[in-house]
Amino acid sequence: MDTILQQLVNGLSLGSIYALLALGYTMVYGIIKLINFAHGDIYMVGAFWGYYVINQLHFNFWLALISAMIFCGLFGVLVEWLAYRPLRNSPRIAALITAIGVSFLLENGMAYLFTSNVRSFPQVMHVVRYHLGGVSISNIQLLILVVSIVLMVLLQLIVRKTKMGKAMRAVSVDPEAAQLIGINIDHTISFTFALGSALAGAAGVMIGLYYNSIDPLMGMTPGIKAFVAAVLGGIGLIPGAAIGGFVIGLLETIMQALGFSAFKDAAVYAVLIIILLIKPAGILGKKIKEKV
Amino acid sequence: MSLLKVEDLSVNYGVIQAVKGVNFEVNEGEIVSLIGANGAGKTTILKTISGILKPAGGKIYYEDREIQSEKSEKIVLGGISQVPEGRHIFPGLTVMENLQMGAFLRKDKAALKNDYDAVFSRFPVLSERKNQDAATLSGGEQQMLAMGRALMAKPKLILLDEPSMGLAPIFINEIFDIIKEIQKQGTTVLLIEQNASKALSIADRGYVLATGNILMTGTGEELLANEDVQKAYLGG
Ligand SMILES: Nc1ncnc2c1ncn2[C@@H]1O[C@H](COP(=O)(O)OP(=O)(O)OP(=O)(O)O)[C@@H](O)[C@H]1O
Ligand SMILES: [Mg+2]
Repeated sequence: MDTILQQLVNGLSLGSIYALLALGYTMVYGIIKLINFAHGDIYMVGAFWGYYVINQLHFNFWLALISAMIFCGLFGVLVEWLAYRPLRNSPRIAALITAIGVSFLLENGMAYLFTSNVRSFPQVMHVVRYHLGGVSISNIQLLILVVSIVLMVLLQLIVRKTKMGKAMRAVSVDPEAAQLIGINIDHTISFTFALGSALAGAAGVMIGLYYNSIDPLMGMTPGIKAFVAAVLGGIGLIPGAAIGGFVIGLLETIMQALGFSAFKDAAVYAVLIIILLIKPAGILGKKIKEKV
Repeated sequence: MSLLKVEDLSVNYGVIQAVKGVNFEVNEGEIVSLIGANGAGKTTILKTISGILKPAGGKIYYEDREIQSEKSEKIVLGGISQVPEGRHIFPGLTVMENLQMGAFLRKDKAALKNDYDAVFSRFPVLSERKNQDAATLSGGEQQMLAMGRALMAKPKLILLDEPSMGLAPIFINEIFDIIKEIQKQGTTVLLIEQNASKALSIADRGYVLATGNILMTGTGEELLANEDVQKAYLGG
């Protein structure tokens, strides 16, 4: 029982990182139908930003987190503006290939600038472990969980309640009608990239703190898993991405606990395939309605 | 005074010429109907006025400024709203959120409350369904929502693209009554319809469009009485 609870705790904190990342994939997909393969690399950039500001500028955790969100938000907007916007009216495959290109560019660019060495992330926080019965939970795990949930709630509030959030949803479902009522599509897309990338930045700083190490390729695997999480939840659906992230995090830790560490990734994909065979549109996805 | 003047407008889709040198104007306070068969280029003209499509040639004057190269945002801000063909309400957004989106560019926040009330009293069914997903509305209700959304921008000129399409006769009459009311309250109307008899009967003036060209123009009554129009568009 305790091991199960322990894995639940571990799975939830890892899952919340995937969830934060998956949200960015799903929002960008929702609005421009692009799978932004460079998204995992924004998370890496966020981790490096955190590394830099904590080491050089002696920022505390909160400042590092918030500044990484701002920096990555702006960075995401820049990437969209430079790489994706010129291809807005090109076939989707062109944008997809560009996204893969941007991903390589960021990975290799960062390796060039900072070498591909693994660096240990500065521990801005003294690790404290709490023991509840047989379950051990660290203050960092709690922090990740709480910060992620707060960010997800904030995101939900922005998307549901604010004018820009509603515009985002309007552009996602019908860009032309949105234009006809005066919504600026470009601004709305930039706003979406800013939100998604800011969440990735937050995830990057938190994972640095959790795993203690960062490197220019650190975004690849979590990026793909977060993408899987987004598909699993129902691509384009914000609550779906959050659920998908937690499911994948839990699966991964459960597989590990069962002694299948070596197969944990395979297990994640196996589950993805099974769920998609049963529910092709994802956990929360509805049958795709053809546009009339 | 002419509020909107379209001069020698041509619009292409790649090599397809959908609109070929069209001229017409809409005076302040009028209802002007543009009628024509499927594929005549009606929707294309409206999209071009709204800045969604850019013309291959010609000019569009609105309040005596040229708008054919302006962004759709600026055109809406200038007072032209469109109710697109097929309604295009936002599914997944509630009825109220759809209306709020109509007011996206409005700066006069204080006046909004009154305008929502005005829309709700014009379309009581929307008020009942305020918090419902707009996708759950019936076709007629969606048409009303699309009109309400466009009205929330407080347009001087409203462009209606086949508002009666796919509606039951009772709804059609209601929609046309509403169009007349909109005019009475001071909004100029450019109405596109395939339901030519209805459209011409409420119009001050009309134009007949065929394969990208204006064939005929006259008052609504003149066109209704015209034999060619009757043969081609009124099933006479
Ligand atoms: N996106 C497009 N790409 C290529 N051709 C198009 C496109 N949209 C419209 N057309 C063509 O342009 C011409 C005019 O189309 P348009 O939609 O303006 O007609 P319409 O008068 O509104 O017809 P309807 O009454 O059926 O709505 C048609 O021949 C149509 O096939
Ligand atoms: Mg049409």
